[in-house]
Amino acid sequence: MAAKSTSFIDNLGKIYTYYTGGFIAFTITLAILEQLGVPNVIIGYAFVFLTVAVYALIGVLSRTAEVSEYYVAGRVVPAFYNGMATGADWMSAASFIGMAGTLYVMGYDGLAFVLGWTGGYVLVAILLAPYLRKFGQYTVPDFLGARFGGNLARTVGVIVLITASFAYVVAQIFGVGIIASRFLGISFEMAVFVGLAGILVCSMLGGMRAVTWTQVAQYIILITAYLIPVIWMSVKVTGVPIPELMYGQALEIIATKEQELGILKGHAMAFVNAKGEANFTDAMNFFTLILCLMIGTASLPHILMRYFTTPSVKAARQSVGWSLFFIFLLYFTAPSYAAFAKLEVYQNVVGLSMESLPAWIANWGKVGLVGACDAANASEIYAICKGVAGNADGILQLAEFRIMPDAIVLATPEIAGLPYVVSGLVAAGGLAAALSTADGLLLAIANALSHDVYYRMIDPKADTKKRLVISRVLLIFVALVAAYVASTKPSTILAMVAWAFSIAASGLFPALVMGIWWKRTSNIGAVTGMIAGFGICLYYLIMTQFYGMPLWFGIKNISCGMFGIPAAFLVTYVVSLVTPAPSKEMQDFIDSIRVPKGDVRLADASADIDH
Amino acid sequence: MSDLPPEKAKAYWAKTSGLMWTMLAIWFFFSFVVHFFAPSLNAIKIIGFPFGFYMAAQGSLIAFVVAIFWYAKRQNAIDEEFGVAED
Repeated sequence: MAAKSTSFIDNLGKIYTYYTGGFIAFTITLAILEQLGVPNVIIGYAFVFLTVAVYALIGVLSRTAEVSEYYVAGRVVPAFYNGMATGADWMSAASFIGMAGTLYVMGYDGLAFVLGWTGGYVLVAILLAPYLRKFGQYTVPDFLGARFGGNLARTVGVIVLITASFAYVVAQIFGVGIIASRFLGISFEMAVFVGLAGILVCSMLGGMRAVTWTQVAQYIILITAYLIPVIWMSVKVTGVPIPELMYGQALEIIATKEQELGILKGHAMAFVNAKGEANFTDAMNFFTLILCLMIGTASLPHILMRYFTTPSVKAARQSVGWSLFFIFLLYFTAPSYAAFAKLEVYQNVVGLSMESLPAWIANWGKVGLVGACDAANASEIYAICKGVAGNADGILQLAEFRIMPDAIVLATPEIAGLPYVVSGLVAAGGLAAALSTADGLLLAIANALSHDVYYRMIDPKADTKKRLVISRVLLIFVALVAAYVASTKPSTILAMVAWAFSIAASGLFPALVMGIWWKRTSNIGAVTGMIAGFGICLYYLIMTQFYGMPLWFGIKNISCGMFGIPAAFLVTYVVSLVTPAPSKEMQDFIDSIRVPKGDVRLADASADIDH
Repeated sequence: MSDLPPEKAKAYWAKTSGLMWTMLAIWFFFSFVVHFFAPSLNAIKIIGFPFGFYMAAQGSLIAFVVAIFWYAKRQNAIDEEFGVAED
């Protein structure tokens, strides 16, 4: 077994090169079949089923009966590949499909998401990842339990973890349902459970090990699928296949067009309201959102637990660099999608007569993502036009054009005049993004329940076999509950995802950082700090969202971490100072996780995973 | 820090913390400070990009990636200097 896994690790480069080559050959074959007249729906099926089948195959091949393989992939994942896996773990359907659309709608203000979802990795690298890796157990609550004296801190950690991760995983399954139903032509509810099956085969048999190697495969597909359409678009518009450099030209034309069309809030203008005037509240919300997303990134357990899988502390540090590099490839491309789509709309859609509109408008209008609402009865053709009063002059004015943010990435292949096979590729990419994130989140939740709650608190004598059975049962249970919630289409789902960051940031970040960086942090200090941060963030969210409480200082509730994080730091600090200092053994433990070399000296020997 | 005498352990942690604060300053600059000036920076155009927009869309991201790899290298050098790198 050991020999087999070593040779597998040695040959990773070769294996994933073959895999990538195979995927390209598969795409080319489908492209040829399309030219030979194979219908689109079959191409859509081929993409969805074949990619999911590959993930399932990897899941089956990576099945394991060893606890450390199941929870931390045997700690053999090289920095580079862990970076790719983290990239897929991190980038969800919201990043893949939603990000470009958000930038299209919000312009400069949307860049808060681009910044917030990347800069947090600096915090992960310098404050947390190397130390958590040195600590070297299985989960984030494990650390809280070992550092802050046992089950109380562990329990609070588990509650925050589940609250933040569950909303997030529901949104991923929701995303899987949307993509699968659109490309397979089945009902949304059914698509949710089909997607669920795909998620479960990846993660159930092999835990972290299977999820790791599947996520690497999913990263390769999602990044290929994201880059190809916009590279093509860049060639079409500018003649150069580097969209990230060339969309500057598009921005210039957009700025001129905005003046002609009388748009006062320009695409690239920072912190202005609809009238084009400087706006302080806008700027404040931009920066508070960045801070909450960054600190949230550094607190989400499904990301932190990826750094438990590297072979060493050194590799954990490098791995954060690779993670951000692979994430960066997508995020620095997203604004070019938005710019090219806007250019297309301003140049080739708005101001044209209704007869001469490009074909993609009608195609995406059918599924309700786009609307040309000139005629009085436009809503009969375009569902999205409901409530828009067109002036029926036969010309499409800007105010009569409607587009859902999700359409930007999905429709770009068609706008660029690419064959349908590229649309299938994009669907496969979106699916890969949603599946990989769902896998990571489900595993984080199931591990917290099986390892931290069941094994640590309920039955510490459970043998290996029983622990793994419990893990798998809980994984299926959590997945089914999440799928059920997703199938009811809860309307606040997207908001809930954004909240997950503030919740995790308020509940976990101060305890983790102070636990490592300030020896004086006491058990009671950390626990009260976690409760205070989590409580205040949740209170602000719920009161402003559902009970009409006015905003504090005009800060939107998506950034509730702005109140929760400082509160948690302050409470932890003050309470720690008035409670007894941690014992000598605890100080030794902190010293031992601060240096890469040597053993970890747990203050409480019973906290050891292998006792 | 079992293998290190107390004063060396202290020096190691001082250097490590120093690097952490340097990184935190870099992080703060590229996350916030540079974007405070976005409206004025937007007056500068580079290959079509308003510079303020460019920094938020690409410039800061590149800085983050480079900074993390630089940090990994620096911290590793500190580990080796004090002989606490893993075997």
